[in-house]
Amino acid sequence: MTNATAAAPRPSAGPVEGSALSLKDLTVAYVPGRPVLKGVSLDIADRSVIAIIGPSGTGKSTLIRAINRLVTPNSGSIHFKGQDLARLRGRALRAARCRIGMVFQEYNLVERLSVMENVLSGRLGTLPVWRVWLRAFPKHDISRAFDLLDQVGLAGFAAQRADALSGGQRQRVGIARALMQDPDLLLADEPTSSLDPKTSVEIMELMTQLAGQRGVPLIVNMHQVDLARRFAHRIIGMSGGHVVFDGPPDTLEDHHLHQIYGGEGWLT
Amino acid sequence: MADLSRTPSPSDARDDGLRSSWLARLGWLALFAYVVYALSILNFNVARMLAGLANAAELLGRMFPPLFSRADLRELMFAGLLESLQIAVLASAVGILVSLPLGVLAARNLMPAWLSWIARGVIMLCRSFHPIIVAILFVKAVGFGALAGILALIVASIGFIAKLFAEAIEEISLKQVEAVRATGAGFFNMLIFAVLPQVNARFIGFATYQLDSNLRNSTMVGIVGGGGIGGTLQAAFGRFDYDFVCAILITIIAMIMIGEILSQRLRAIFL
Repeated sequence: MTNATAAAPRPSAGPVEGSALSLKDLTVAYVPGRPVLKGVSLDIADRSVIAIIGPSGTGKSTLIRAINRLVTPNSGSIHFKGQDLARLRGRALRAARCRIGMVFQEYNLVERLSVMENVLSGRLGTLPVWRVWLRAFPKHDISRAFDLLDQVGLAGFAAQRADALSGGQRQRVGIARALMQDPDLLLADEPTSSLDPKTSVEIMELMTQLAGQRGVPLIVNMHQVDLARRFAHRIIGMSGGHVVFDGPPDTLEDHHLHQIYGGEGWLT
Repeated sequence: MADLSRTPSPSDARDDGLRSSWLARLGWLALFAYVVYALSILNFNVARMLAGLANAAELLGRMFPPLFSRADLRELMFAGLLESLQIAVLASAVGILVSLPLGVLAARNLMPAWLSWIARGVIMLCRSFHPIIVAILFVKAVGFGALAGILALIVASIGFIAKLFAEAIEEISLKQVEAVRATGAGFFNMLIFAVLPQVNARFIGFATYQLDSNLRNSTMVGIVGGGGIGGTLQAAFGRFDYDFVCAILITIIAMIMIGEILSQRLRAIFL
């Protein structure tokens, strides 16, 4: 907040069309009285790639998880598509989650299911139980899943079991699963932390490209500052549960990193 | 512990974590003392065993050759065997069907505490008595016959499968569940796509093991009037027809072996 220059995405990201997602005073405490997220407010525009950086345990994951309510915020609001996600419960909450895709650090695929089943699980929020039980997925869902597998570079893998894939391949399935939801928002919780540097770049390229094609905002939290600089239109630096930097990558300087991560020795 | 060339050194002050605790050693000692005491009090000694061996030899002598030749007895035996088989299969089928939801309800990582405690209570009740005792209760309640045996073995199956199934569910990776929840899936879709795939193999393992075990137990419930070959066996013992007893025992062994092979095949198909 202190360093906030204009929060606009790069020109290449297209016009700003109001804010798709708006967080206000979001506070999350797993232990009462010891909040992990301390009143974070953010406005996120359509069609932008936002990278959240910061040291471990600073609330990056909590912030991402609060948006699709895998974590329940103690106070504050999350406005998205005319709804306050922070207040949703039950059916309405599940309906909202259907519109938010998520990619995980450890891929979180269902290991014993096939790649196809994992991708199709992106439709579980909209299908009746009997269809899921009988694996009677609608034809158009299946052909869309094949298309998505093509797009993430896994053509021909549909029938393989998820536990037979490498890390990079699994994350591609994770991305296909998230896109299968036809989301209005993509979240990624350290999607590259379990991958080697080359695969990390490929995965980031894939995610930013696919999110861009669909015109949905992508919020990624990550450890690698260089990847954040390379792929994000906007970088949010967090420290101690607060946003301490918010601006385009070219305005992120060493003194900001010092403020975010503390210490200096590692900044050569 | 042996004190081999033990000289005081600074390292002695540190706990190397290698010595077992005094409490554990005391426990072993107490166990040994109790075994000796129990042996002395229960008149468990070599002389009696030798005397018993003579009886056993006589019994075995009268068992052989096994009596397979009489057609009426053979018919009796196969009727009993068939009933045992039916008891085992029906009890396993119903037990498996009931265990599936009950196991899910008892899993503490999926269910609210109050619900899982109720389900656990039911399972615990099913497990607290040996099938023989449950069979006696059911014979009193619904009368002699296969129904009592089936009900008794259903209870036994629930106690075993539901408990282990619940434990298997409690060990699943919640990350996979979380990812499926994040897609907006409802509870049942989550169950089908994120929980069951992780426990499927183990559930089939428990179920086939219980089928095996029910096959064994179905020969036993008849002894207390629960139907099946156990009743025939009991009657043969009562009439001192030891050669017929032997024929029945050999047939039971054959059935159990065939059952074991079948359940292995079943596992191979499903896993």
